[in-house]
Amino acid sequence: MAFFDQFNYWIFIILLMIGLYTMMSRGNLVKKMIGLSLFQISVFLFYITVGKITGGTAPIVVETLPGDPAPIYSNPLPHVLILTAIVVGIATTALGLSLVVRIKESFGTINEDEILEMEDEA
Amino acid sequence: METETLALFVDLFLMVLLVAGALTVLTVRNLFVATMLLGIVSFTMALTFVSLDAVDVAFTEAAVGAGISTVLYIGTLALVGAQEKTGVKFSAWPLAICLAVGAVLIYATYEMPPYGSPDNPAQTHVAPRYVQVSPTEIGVPNMVTSVLASYRGFDTFGEVTVIFTAGIGVLLILSQRRRKRDDEAEEEAQKKGTQSKLRVSLTGLGSQHDLVPHIVAKLLIPFIFVFGLYVQFHGDFGPGGGFQAGVIFAAGFILHALIYGLQFTQRVLSPQVALILIVAGVLIYGGVGIVSMLMGGNFLDYNVLLPDSVAGQHIGILIIELGVGITVAAAMLVIYYAFVGRAEPVNKLPD
Repeated sequence: MAFFDQFNYWIFIILLMIGLYTMMSRGNLVKKMIGLSLFQISVFLFYITVGKITGGTAPIVVETLPGDPAPIYSNPLPHVLILTAIVVGIATTALGLSLVVRIKESFGTINEDEILEMEDEA
Repeated sequence: METETLALFVDLFLMVLLVAGALTVLTVRNLFVATMLLGIVSFTMALTFVSLDAVDVAFTEAAVGAGISTVLYIGTLALVGAQEKTGVKFSAWPLAICLAVGAVLIYATYEMPPYGSPDNPAQTHVAPRYVQVSPTEIGVPNMVTSVLASYRGFDTFGEVTVIFTAGIGVLLILSQRRRKRDDEAEEEAQKKGTQSKLRVSLTGLGSQHDLVPHIVAKLLIPFIFVFGLYVQFHGDFGPGGGFQAGVIFAAGFILHALIYGLQFTQRVLSPQVALILIVAGVLIYGGVGIVSMLMGGNFLDYNVLLPDSVAGQHIGILIIELGVGITVAAAMLVIYYAFVGRAEPVNKLPD
């Protein structure tokens, strides 16, 4: 299973690259925010992958019958970090989107190139 | 062995779905479609989290990524338009930078410890203490809750403050009075015919004429709130807690607003009350810290709250989770109100 040892990490990297590319190549500011969300999701996947233990279960105490092997729990720490990061992430995304709305109102467009042109003219 | 192969197959399937979804989000030009696909990617990611044993995280991702975030994006698109400009010139630089970053990261994965091994550095530092000692020390079966609310309570307090700050920030940015440029006013008069439909459903009287959503929402909303309460107060024993419950509560209110119209929802929970609630949640959390200091412990040291330290931990976690839930729910709602309030109301409710 040597191939699958690194598999989750590669998926994380591919998602991260797609998110990064969306942010850098697209001029539309909402599309950039969507790219940022993809980027965020990929980092979440990375952290959760690090906390996974093969054969483990969710870190909630389960009662075992006497004689059964002790259950293995996955690492709860990355879960805590990412759980809060998701909610903080949506709050900051909302802040970014509200700035996009304001930019649309003052410039009449949310396209990066057009905004830069207008800035140069002014 | 057979179940392992099956699990691996499910994992692979989800991963392929994730990459395919992300690629479509990148290529599709209609931002509305991109938003919906992002919701699907988030939901697939939540399923992946379940298979990686992170049930609490999956819960949050499903509620936030596939629920609230989609609503916020659509609210934004209603204000800024959903069509991305086509015919953009291709530039090689972003692609080159991305490929370089990816190559470096993939090279780095060969130094990473193998996936899922119990001897990985991440598993041998503080995690054993959380796993072995927390059920007796904190007395809470869900280790994620005990780490979140007790061991790392200070950190979580910071996160709640960030959500509070973001909510206030959105409010400050979007509640300024709107100055209209001349050309925009003209443009708007032309667009009114095409755009008003969307705005009615966002701001006006809701989807007044759709009987099925009305009936279904009427049946669903009470259960959503009951489920929110369950998630809030059962977070010690199963997956759940303040963050998830707050998002579920906000989702219930947002559903109400989408179906019945914003004015009716604001009669149930006015923006002023929501503002007070945002502050109240943070104060409840901080207040527990202050009380524990006054009782002779450290900031957020719940052991001193009651004579029995495990019972003290229990009551401390219960109260701060309540604070988290209130702040998260109110912040999400304030953000939603701010976005929808920005669109000009088409149908004002007669008072």
